[in-house]
Amino acid sequence: MIRLEPRAAAPAWLALAAPLGALSAALAVATMLLVAIGIAPFPALWLMVEGAVGSPFALAETATRATPLLLTGLAAAIAFRARFWNIGGEGQLYLGAMAAVAIGSGAVEAPPILLLPLVLVAAALAGAIGALLPALGKVEAGADEVVTTLLLNFVIALLVQMMLEGPMKDPMGLGWPQSPPLLDEAMLPRLVDRQRLHAGLLLGLGLALVLQIVVARTVWGLGVRAVGHNPRASAYAGLPVARTTLAVAMLSGALAGLAGAGEVAGLKGYLTADLSPGYGYAGIVVAMLAGLSPMGVIPAALLIAAVFVGADTMGRTLGISSYFADLVVALALLFVLAGGLLLRYRIRLARAMP
Amino acid sequence: MVAEAEPPAADAGAAGAARPPLLRLEGITKRFGELLANEAIDLELGAGEILALLGENGAGKTTLTNILFGHYEADAGRVLVADRSGRLSPLPAGRPEAALAAGIGMVHQHFALAHNLTGFENIVLGTEPWWRPRPARPGARRRIEALARRMGLEVELDRPVGRLGVGARQRIEILKTLYREARVLVLDEPTAVLTPQEAEGLFATVRALAADGRGVIFITHKLAEVEAVAERVVVLRQGRKVADRPLAGTGRTELARLMVGREVREPVRRPHPPGRPVLELEGVAAGSGRDRIEGLDLVLRAGEIVGIAGVSGNGQAALAALLAGLLRPERGRVHLDGSQTALSSPRAAVRAGVGRIPEDRERDGVVGELDLASNLALERLAAPETSRLGLLRRRAMRERARRAIEAWGIRAPGPDVPARLLSGGNMQKIVLARALEAGPRLVLADQPTRGLDVAATAFVHERLLEARERGAAILLISEDLDELLSLADRIGVLHRGRLAGPFASSALDVPTLGLLMAGHEAAVPTAGVAA
Repeated sequence: MIRLEPRAAAPAWLALAAPLGALSAALAVATMLLVAIGIAPFPALWLMVEGAVGSPFALAETATRATPLLLTGLAAAIAFRARFWNIGGEGQLYLGAMAAVAIGSGAVEAPPILLLPLVLVAAALAGAIGALLPALGKVEAGADEVVTTLLLNFVIALLVQMMLEGPMKDPMGLGWPQSPPLLDEAMLPRLVDRQRLHAGLLLGLGLALVLQIVVARTVWGLGVRAVGHNPRASAYAGLPVARTTLAVAMLSGALAGLAGAGEVAGLKGYLTADLSPGYGYAGIVVAMLAGLSPMGVIPAALLIAAVFVGADTMGRTLGISSYFADLVVALALLFVLAGGLLLRYRIRLARAMP
Repeated sequence: MVAEAEPPAADAGAAGAARPPLLRLEGITKRFGELLANEAIDLELGAGEILALLGENGAGKTTLTNILFGHYEADAGRVLVADRSGRLSPLPAGRPEAALAAGIGMVHQHFALAHNLTGFENIVLGTEPWWRPRPARPGARRRIEALARRMGLEVELDRPVGRLGVGARQRIEILKTLYREARVLVLDEPTAVLTPQEAEGLFATVRALAADGRGVIFITHKLAEVEAVAERVVVLRQGRKVADRPLAGTGRTELARLMVGREVREPVRRPHPPGRPVLELEGVAAGSGRDRIEGLDLVLRAGEIVGIAGVSGNGQAALAALLAGLLRPERGRVHLDGSQTALSSPRAAVRAGVGRIPEDRERDGVVGELDLASNLALERLAAPETSRLGLLRRRAMRERARRAIEAWGIRAPGPDVPARLLSGGNMQKIVLARALEAGPRLVLADQPTRGLDVAATAFVHERLLEARERGAAILLISEDLDELLSLADRIGVLHRGRLAGPFASSALDVPTLGLLMAGHEAAVPTAGVAA
């Protein structure tokens, strides 16, 4: 018989090993499926490693994929710290992308030097409003934000399709449901010649650093943690619980909105309905792997991006569906949650009685 | 399966004679990491015996009962239970269902009742096969009613439990174990929620149970209760059994010394004339539902402690929330040193110099996941000693926490340890330090010693009296009448949201307070209506 006993404090090495162990376990289980369909596991895994980090091109591609994951990961991490379960990163990402297109495709007259900052601010604002609505529902009416943020994703997905078929449809787009392209001045600069890597990565890294300081070193960050862990005691001590929840939700939405802007203004140049392959949801996995630490989001986003890129390469070579990466990421989340149990409890094996 | 037969009645008249053992624990040892929660504990309970299990928090009482009931598995030792013929046989470890089947019943401090079901349904719940559409009502009903009559456990069986009082819920819990033919009953701190009169009723029930041949283990840390009900007392201290003796000839001070391991001196309140009025409540109505106060008049003066007695749920929560700044009055006026808006929010209350000790330290007092330094600073995050320009001054916070650890005797490895890892007493010291360090003029102490052991209780009392000497006005809400009588200058009693008194505490005693708590206005002492 197995039983769980609470433990006082998790040792530091375990807190670090748990996320790595979770990702390894996820890879191992997913690889068993490869074995089941007759694929040799180690060459396949090697293909993944090579595809993700085996060349300068592969590294740049992994970093490119990590860029939106960094921002959506930060969005989830900051929200979850305050126990605001924002599952709506995907929708907020698309809101940010729409705002970027609305501002950046020539509709607004602005000096070229100001256009990119305006695009980013608009995207952040759009994402923030997208998260503010469910947060207001939670604070004012007790509406469960897991439900409202999740369902808003589908509402926003339909809104995007409607806009791309209607007001935002590119008249020069040969009938494709896509937006007009952003002006050149609205685009994020490339970091490396002839690679897709763009300045959104620097934005994400910088924001991770800033958020780390905010969370660990500011009065506001301490309030966020207090409200997240014990809203009643926080209210008793005089902290503005409702205001903190609203502010955290808006910050989280703004980060997800920036992820959308990064994909449009850094990569594609225009908006389509398949802009994100689920970066908003993968951000949740990133945040959990990072233990909700903003700086931890950086390695976690790179790891998850490596899984995506590596699985793409492997899939192309071996003829496996690219859903393999989604499988690994989903399994990683399950294992991280199970690992969280290990951090809180000690597992004891006990003799079963006859 | 529930048989219809009653357990055999033992010869309860033969007090002093060797009783057939019902339960025997042999060398129970349990370790949690570094902590030795139980060390080689032997214990025997005879049929018809009432055994008090006495010990401070963390002495190992709960661990021991959890092992007995199968929630934990002992690292060493075994539990033997007598079967129907009186033969002792080992109980399979770690299986609550085996403990239930062997006739061990447990009444926890926090009841395990379904509030939407009636008392009757709660009692039979889980004893009927799942495929039977309705419980076998008439037979079960007759048995329960007979048990209730015989044991003095009268209770309304057809009302949803959620609408019954705490005393009634406890009686249902006890009936539940008896219905399952429990021959060994473990009652965990059963009087914590009762009025003195209800507690008397419980003691009578416990005696009836023993007379019926059952064994009762009465867990408590209140010495008066041990004397009131038990014949034998087992004292646990730091996981070890330090005494196992008949109660006769063991004095209260001796028990306290055994429990704590050294002498504990309770501080004494020195009389002195109260000063100017600090807090004035005039015709205040606030709160909702059961937790409501109505037409409340109260004056608190500098340098006095005013106690509030009452059965929990008679408006204490509303009164406390009012002073904490969490609740605004619907009617009436609240004056703090003449200013009327002082308590409009928790933050305003802190700024106005109100030191607040909440009723439930884990729920309202500390944020368990945050470190000690942050918890100490939580009420004054914007203050210059905590932050500058929105940035935390971690070093200053840590330094301050180190001083508080020193000054308040907080047992903690350092200022960076999460508050949840501290014991209840040390957590309460954090709350006290936060509330009292700034030298408040008004102190709200809501159940400040609930769940604390003897030494920690004495510490809290000492600090409250210190604040009183310093000239603070203190409102002490407590369910412990002895605490109120020894600390408070005046005591008021809340019943259904209305306050009787306050009366000079010198004119009151426990029975009078008990009558007032039950709403008997006639019990008002005529002599002591203090000015």
